Amino acid sequence: MFLGRVVGSVWATVKDPQLKGLRMLIVQPVTPALEDAGKRLVCTDSTGAGAGEIVYWVRSKEASFPFLPHEPPTDATVVGIVDSVHLCGEARAC
Amino acid sequence: MLIARVAGDLTATQKHPSHEGRKILLVQPLNLDGTDRGGALVALDSVDAGVGDRVLIVTDGFAAMTAVGRPPGSPIDMAVIAFIDHIELLPGVS
Repeated sequence: MFLGRVVGSVWATVKDPQLKGLRMLIVQPVTPALEDAGKRLVCTDSTGAGAGEIVYWVRSKEASFPFLPHEPPTDATVVGIVDSVHLCGEARAC
Repeated sequence: MLIARVAGDLTATQKHPSHEGRKILLVQPLNLDGTDRGGALVALDSVDAGVGDRVLIVTDGFAAMTAVGRPPGSPIDMAVIAFIDHIELLPGVS
């Protein structure tokens, strides 16, 4: 899994029917210090995360598992909203 | 599998039910010489690892699900599966 920050969402009207009703979020990967790292990507959402929230996301085949028995064609899904990060004794609320 | 150092952990209230009851660790993959190898990752813990520990992580979904004792169909793609006590290398390998 990877840490990221939700920076936006994507709407699409014409899409695979299995994606119907799924929210799609634009996620900026971040370091444990919550600094931007790497390129943004689109993740489906299984948690109800909103803009600005720190989340963690899962990639590949496992990204479709939160939606079982449906198997939407997704390769990245937000699976948790992060409350706080602890780094070597230093705690940071998100 | 990758060698990694536990850099910290995170808390998440809103997350997939299969992640309940397991520590969620931030791990930094390492090269054999101890330098950082890419960015930090989020992994579920199956050995009660703590900050600073050198550990082994799996980055495959099935391996990770089995390691944390969750059924296939859980959105988990990384898990800490072992503490490393000692690494021995052939002379000249680094």
